[in-house]
Amino acid sequence: MSTDVAIAGVGLHPFGRFPGVPALQMAADAVRAALADAGMVWGDVQVAFAGSYEVDNPDAVVSLLGLTGIPFTDVYNGCATAASALDMAANMIRLGAADVALALGVDKHERGAFSADPLEYGCPSWYGTVGHFITTKFFGMKINRYMHDHGISMETLARVAAKNYRNGVLNPNAFRRKALSEEEILASPMLNYPLTQYMFCSPDEGAAAVLLCKAELASQYAARPIYLRASTVRTRRFGAFEVHSPWLPLESADGPTVHASRAAYEMAGVEPTDVDVAQLQDTDAGAEVIHMAENGLCADGEQEALVADGATEIGGRLPVNTDGGLIANGEPIGASGLRQIHELVLQLRGTAGDRQVPGEPTVGYAQLYGAPGTAGVSIVST
Amino acid sequence: MGAPAPVADGLFVWPSDEPRLIGGRCPACGTTTFPRQAGCPRCGAQPLEERLLSPRGRLWAWTTQEFPPPSPPYAGARGPDFRPFAVGYVELPGELRVEARLTEHRPERLRIGMEMELAVVPFGTDDAGQEVVTFAFRPVDEAVSP
Repeated sequence: MSTDVAIAGVGLHPFGRFPGVPALQMAADAVRAALADAGMVWGDVQVAFAGSYEVDNPDAVVSLLGLTGIPFTDVYNGCATAASALDMAANMIRLGAADVALALGVDKHERGAFSADPLEYGCPSWYGTVGHFITTKFFGMKINRYMHDHGISMETLARVAAKNYRNGVLNPNAFRRKALSEEEILASPMLNYPLTQYMFCSPDEGAAAVLLCKAELASQYAARPIYLRASTVRTRRFGAFEVHSPWLPLESADGPTVHASRAAYEMAGVEPTDVDVAQLQDTDAGAEVIHMAENGLCADGEQEALVADGATEIGGRLPVNTDGGLIANGEPIGASGLRQIHELVLQLRGTAGDRQVPGEPTVGYAQLYGAPGTAGVSIVST
Repeated sequence: MGAPAPVADGLFVWPSDEPRLIGGRCPACGTTTFPRQAGCPRCGAQPLEERLLSPRGRLWAWTTQEFPPPSPPYAGARGPDFRPFAVGYVELPGELRVEARLTEHRPERLRIGMEMELAVVPFGTDDAGQEVVTFAFRPVDEAVSP
């Protein structure tokens, strides 16, 4: 029987563009906010994991927080980086190796689509030469095929994006804080059919921190403890339809999100119908639609009616991306998943302000997905 | 100047009047790959045997690329010379689904399930001024209406 894990505090540096502010400064701000939230001091933290794409050694944040000599490990795992850092920090507590652990994420990206050397993703060089090595066109193909198979319309994609921009207006930490109509979203330039510019998130900047502690200690740190019931990370299996694939076999397999999700529900001892609020990887509006089903929150194709009926709005039956998701917050890769946890903790504490989900939500769900086929899921509850 | 050069060696039979993609086939489990690779991604056996892939199949998924991909690694036309193109997976019966550029990029002319055939198309010129070609798939019935 492993030790249960509580969330003692959460902290965030706003997401957006912050010229002249070093990434480590944003990271330190997020940690200090989490320490204040938990009523801790930096010296209470016994072990830490930090995720970043742009910062080689985010553990260098100790130069701003205090050189206490703790084991501090840097993590990079694509768009699932933050879930990976959280999972490792939680495992240190589950193993009894620490009473208090930090998961930190920070990034400071340039504008524009991510790029890299195809060889480092297991792809041949020519794959990049001819223009295939770009994530956005994978998302276009995946949702286009999904729409064909399950009867999802472009209007649904526009509704999802409009909802997330609307939620971003209610979130003072969001990058995009302007509501956009479905018409504006559909009329914005087409990038990768059927996805238009305003259906995509953007790389940006930000930091987020989550302090974990042994469940028995939670009452001494947090006014209202929230518990981390599950954290899982999974990679793609043979046959999954994944980004950066020069070819796919004829035999199909579920994507890594499906496997991470099933394992997380089992670990948490909850069912999809128990989830009161969800934060899903909305790299684009189509990804949110697909991820609703991949995470067991609805059946394939049900999204069309659910979104039209407002079920995924803050006041709906299944609120999704209540803080605006990636579409309104952008994606600083290292921090993105810890932003999701920050939002779930506020929602479960009942302190989410203008965007509070009504009815006292008790179970929150977070999911990340990214290249080259990696997913992370976290489940929290009161 | 001789025949245009392929964008990479070992991808397709070239020069040829009937070009074929050069795949690999696992002698142990029968999995087909493209391109031919060192080991089988399904069972781990190696080496794979060479297998020329079917030049015809059906469109399984597609999208358009309306803006220039980041360079590097993209080495095609940029700026005002960039022309949007479509990309898709074409299912080759009994073999695999191969990702390729499509010769048709207008959404109203593309539909999942349509019959496609292999084509070798101009890609650009390299630093030495040599013409470069790459593989693509084109609708078998170019005159198909939406």
